[in-house]
Amino acid sequence: MVEFSLWDIARHLLLALRWTAGLSLIAFVGGGAVGLALLVARTARWPGAQRGVALYVQLFQGTPLLMQLFLTYFGLAMLGMETTPLTAASLCLTLYASAYLTEIWRGCVESIPRGQWEASASLAMSFGEQLRHVILPQAARMAIAPTVGFLVQVIKGTALASVIGFVEVTKAGQMIANATYQPFLVYSCVGLMYFVLCFPLSWWSRRIERSLRPKR
Amino acid sequence: MTQPEPATPSTLPLIDIRGLRKRYGDNEVLKGIDLQIHRREVVCIIGKSGSGKSTLLRCINCLEVFQEGALTVHGQPLQPDNAQAMRELRQNVGMIFQSFNLFPHLSAGRNVMLAPTLVKSLPQAEARRRAEQLLERVGLGTKFDSLPEQLSGGQQQRVAIARALAMDPEVLLCDEVTSALDPELVGEVLQVVESLAEQGMTLVMVTHEMNFARKVSDRIIFMHQGKVHEEGPPEALFSQPATPELRQFLSAMA
Repeated sequence: MVEFSLWDIARHLLLALRWTAGLSLIAFVGGGAVGLALLVARTARWPGAQRGVALYVQLFQGTPLLMQLFLTYFGLAMLGMETTPLTAASLCLTLYASAYLTEIWRGCVESIPRGQWEASASLAMSFGEQLRHVILPQAARMAIAPTVGFLVQVIKGTALASVIGFVEVTKAGQMIANATYQPFLVYSCVGLMYFVLCFPLSWWSRRIERSLRPKR
Repeated sequence: MTQPEPATPSTLPLIDIRGLRKRYGDNEVLKGIDLQIHRREVVCIIGKSGSGKSTLLRCINCLEVFQEGALTVHGQPLQPDNAQAMRELRQNVGMIFQSFNLFPHLSAGRNVMLAPTLVKSLPQAEARRRAEQLLERVGLGTKFDSLPEQLSGGQQQRVAIARALAMDPEVLLCDEVTSALDPELVGEVLQVVESLAEQGMTLVMVTHEMNFARKVSDRIIFMHQGKVHEEGPPEALFSQPATPELRQFLSAMA
């Protein structure tokens, strides 16, 4: 039997951690962009957007991420598209994150008093200018804590991508634990790595929350 | 519609409201308003709460849309669905609100600068200079960098006036601008509004300050149940109200 040193375990986990981090990043960026677009469509009251987005949000909030991953992976294949676990997981996590983020942000935008819309409208600002210079800067401060909270969930949620054959840090941990017969040690390392990924995010969120205090 | 007779600017009303009706569902709040407001005129709208005065004011800059009637500003009919037309209208028609509605994330100076830099593409330096002048004009020359939360209600409302003036509007709509203020702060805001009236700004005000209305306005509009019930110069209206409703309203206010 091959002996695994602690360094061997850590090294393999760290290699797999890149995928956890990468997948999380894709979900943040993709989900953020799509979520913002949906937020704008909904706030601008484009025809059908409010209902459409509400349905979209319900769809993703009402089904388990695990199911969504399966459906994306096998669904894309059924549609005849060449699909890898990476593309399927990226697509699925982007959609999933966008649904939650757009809903979180909608709440923040709606909590801005109507008077802010009215005052900026009566100053002849366009919808885009109102949103960009008056509404979003105020909504952003409120959005930071729940957004980061959700992003931390996403990091941990990427573990589910293992079901479609994606080897990220949890899956790698499982494989290493099976080979080393040291599950406690291995999973402790895995847990530590998640913590190292998530903690700075929470810390950073507190920092920007402070820096977004009104500018003089 | 036939083209109206060409009129000289002095006779053409700045704001021309005809047969305006506004409903919320089944509830008709404005029941056929006819009102003309001329350039440099100061008009105060008084009446009980629920009489439709604020709604009428908000129709003038399209914060509310109405179902029937015509409203022209500068001879231009309102076009709520035309973004460009709305943008032009609102540059001409400023508004000040009961609850100030300053942008809380921006300093007083930046509140004033924001719209001119965006809407009129004024360069930053120029906008800053104008904002400093305007804050000076409302007696807040030293408060450029203060955040709204650091200002008293009266000071916030004066910043809001400066912010509206920064767009060089031809007419200013004032919606109960002192109703949210502590009594001792009312005076400083009214003083600024009065100075605007003296400088020839067209003002349409909804107010509960009867003494102020009497002092500054050229004309008083008394609204009752969604209609213009009585109108006229302040002296006549306040000393000899013609209708029992106005008499009752005035005695309740006194």
